[in-house]
Amino acid sequence: MTTSDKKKYKVIGTTPIRHDGADKVTGRAVYGIDFHTTGMLWGKILRSPHAHAKIKSIDATKALALPGVHAVVTGKDMAVARDIEVEAGETSLNYMHLSDNVMARDKALYKGHAVAAVAADTQHIAEEALGLIEVDYEVLTPVLNGREGMKSDAPLIHPDQTTKIMAFRFDPGTDSGEKSNIAGKSQLKLGDIDAGFKEADFIVEREYTTSWVHQGYIEAQNATAHWNNDDNITVWNSSQGTFNQRQLMAEILKHPVSQIKMVPMEIGGGFGGKIPVYLEIPAAMLSKKTGHPVKMTMTRTEVFEGTGPASAAQMKAKVGATKDGRITAAYAELVFEAGAFPGSAVGAGAQGMFTTYNIENVLIDGYDVVVNKPKSAAYRSPGTPQACFPAEAVIDELAELVGMDPLDFRMKNAAKEGDRRADGVQHPEMGNLECMEALKASDHYKSDLGGPNRGRGVASGYWGNAGMPASCSIAINADGTVSLAEGSPDIGGSRTSIAMMCAEAFGIAAEDVHPSIKDTDSIGYQGLTAGSSTTLRNGWAVFEVTNQAIELIKARAARLWETEPENVDFADGVFFSKAEKELKLTFKEMTGKLMETGGPISVAASVAPRGAGPSFTTHMVDVEVDPETGKVEILRYTAAQDVGTMIHPDYVEGQVQGGAVQGIGWALNEEYFFSDKGAMLNASYLDYRVPTMLDLPMIDTILVEHANPDHPFGVRGVAEISVVPPLGALANAIYAAVGVRMRDLPMAPHKIVKALQEKNGKTK
Amino acid sequence: MASEKTHVRTTLNGEATEYLCETNQSLLEVLRDVLLLTGTKEGCNDGNCGACTVNMDGRIVDSCLVLGVEAEGAEILTIEGVATPEGLHPIQQAFLENAALQCGICTPGFIIASKALLEKEPNPSEARIRHWLAGNLCRCTGYDKIVKAVVAAANTIGGKK
Repeated sequence: MTTSDKKKYKVIGTTPIRHDGADKVTGRAVYGIDFHTTGMLWGKILRSPHAHAKIKSIDATKALALPGVHAVVTGKDMAVARDIEVEAGETSLNYMHLSDNVMARDKALYKGHAVAAVAADTQHIAEEALGLIEVDYEVLTPVLNGREGMKSDAPLIHPDQTTKIMAFRFDPGTDSGEKSNIAGKSQLKLGDIDAGFKEADFIVEREYTTSWVHQGYIEAQNATAHWNNDDNITVWNSSQGTFNQRQLMAEILKHPVSQIKMVPMEIGGGFGGKIPVYLEIPAAMLSKKTGHPVKMTMTRTEVFEGTGPASAAQMKAKVGATKDGRITAAYAELVFEAGAFPGSAVGAGAQGMFTTYNIENVLIDGYDVVVNKPKSAAYRSPGTPQACFPAEAVIDELAELVGMDPLDFRMKNAAKEGDRRADGVQHPEMGNLECMEALKASDHYKSDLGGPNRGRGVASGYWGNAGMPASCSIAINADGTVSLAEGSPDIGGSRTSIAMMCAEAFGIAAEDVHPSIKDTDSIGYQGLTAGSSTTLRNGWAVFEVTNQAIELIKARAARLWETEPENVDFADGVFFSKAEKELKLTFKEMTGKLMETGGPISVAASVAPRGAGPSFTTHMVDVEVDPETGKVEILRYTAAQDVGTMIHPDYVEGQVQGGAVQGIGWALNEEYFFSDKGAMLNASYLDYRVPTMLDLPMIDTILVEHANPDHPFGVRGVAEISVVPPLGALANAIYAAVGVRMRDLPMAPHKIVKALQEKNGKTK
Repeated sequence: MASEKTHVRTTLNGEATEYLCETNQSLLEVLRDVLLLTGTKEGCNDGNCGACTVNMDGRIVDSCLVLGVEAEGAEILTIEGVATPEGLHPIQQAFLENAALQCGICTPGFIIASKALLEKEPNPSEARIRHWLAGNLCRCTGYDKIVKAVVAAANTIGGKK
């Protein structure tokens, strides 16, 4: 959509100060980790020092004898949860696996796996008590690599596990019947792959790897739980979905869902990592045992070792093109390390791979393989950064063979509305090509690199986004303001975007809507704050409640004007009589007349929208590589993204910039270093090292507003996709700068130096 | 084991403040768990993320690396002491106007660190800002808008806006 045919809005597209802003810049906002309550004890987790070990016995006698210690719980205190898989936003969860991940039962399956929890008067006493819990382990051989784990002679992590064969993502699948560490095999298939490669004049086939990386949210996991004497449980935590976590709590604790109240505190980042439950369960169990509220927080080391990072992947990609630059076939094999339990994002990754291109023949084999590492969790466009990295790197090599500019090659093959994805689904209306064209027209594209050892890379990315249910309620206040209640934890400004859509509908200012985020007892069901869906789905909920409220207020105006409601209309914030033009009242004026015309008005609605507009993006980056040290400096970065209609452009841009920087970290330096026994060796921010301010230039954006035709305000998800392209774009830029193709992430300095030495024929 | 507590006298956000703390408690723990001033955030508890930055006797420090007992006689400024009854500090206002926070957990640390910079150097370059704030991690914003907010605040304070 061009700017000229863009819908005209008064509030949407402006940049008001966020409603929670003053609280967050003054330290008043209460995050999960800040929560305190009367009589609170502190809980701590004892974690396995081994990556794979049988738990023969646990003796907590000495710990319980320590003054100030109140209780200890272990896996033996937990019921066995149901072995069924449920969809959770963008990945899936199995209750039994989740329960076993929260607290090991018979076996510890990774270093950092929780084996016991203690509650004490202070954090320091709880820590001391951990050292007094005696665990007798029988150490087993760990499986530490996906391809190794796939071998038939590999030790089995789950001795009864067989392989589930799936024809599509979320397919219940069929059982292979064979015992294996391969939990799932999925296949996406379009056209005839062999015929496609026969048509090709050039074929490039390569292998790639990526490392485990962490979301790196600054607020560690935390939970305070109170199991009251009436068996009602209240949990205060920071989560990406209170209703989902309530369900997980109910299943694992075997407790009625109606007797669990999840209170969403402010959340200090999540990026997918705060979807599952971890501490909520032991905190509730310790509270039940002690009768006190119990607060638990993780250390940063526990966050790295004991929560769900993004899978490492071992991948093959093979793509063919004709001499004139048409891609004829694409094949990939994706092996994702799920971690200790099944459920990597390999299915989502496969769905995102090659999806920005119109390719008639595609085959993607995906393997979900358990290894003795932390259970992977969602991380911003789960699975897709890994999968798009080989796709974009191979396509870059093909462009060079064909003799085309990498951006031109992508534009020639760009997927358009109606083209088929690898899973056969046709693309809806979207702005894939527009992003590429915008980048080509940019100053960045036209600029000179201006020096030796510099290079420019481009890469594209796709992410499907999610819909998910939402509920909100509004109360109309007599002063023309609106109280807006919703239930989606706000990670990046979503309460303001939701309030802005409400303000738009009523023709009032964003500041006249007062949004708040409610607990699970106080608002209808919400999906996760995930899948880039929060603004989209709550926009639908707002659309419903505001429309209903407008109809109710029309009836009140009709009463005032002694006419029928159908004779009253509402436009641009004004109620007016269709017959008598002089009869009109603004929304604000009408709210002052509600009491005299029948009393207050409030409306609640729940929605389950479909039609999440998919996201498309292309990034361009200039780098300079120091050939002596291998250090990559980012000189200039531009992200072009189809963002749909922007509600709050600053926070849309912020999502694009933030995701790009996470992708830069993934590409260049972030990784889990594991010992040969499976211990993470760099479990601190200092040694893991996320990008700092000093590592980066400004991140320029080109925000293409291709409105989502399936949304009342044109919203499409914006938050996740920007993490996808940096991996490929940086690999391509490094090649353009110094002529080495980096195929193993991260592209750390020592690897670049080694690649340069090999290229220059030096073996040292 | 609970040890004998130490009586500490400080000036906190301009007011004389006394507290009792154990010798193994960090200043961060004292602020958050004893004084219930949770505006100073805990991100890593090992000095690497800057979320717990406070100003102590004119220097910015990671409060997780300072012991509570070390604050005896010190003047400490936390995020709770930055705004006045008249309103937000220009840096706080600039963070809001420039959308320099998403989740906001790192924001108090960034504001305390930025304030110390602008008091020392009223017109820092972009490179200087990036160098000064390199010890404060933000995982949401990509830092772009934080840099712009600090520049905007410097302009406001300098009367250039």
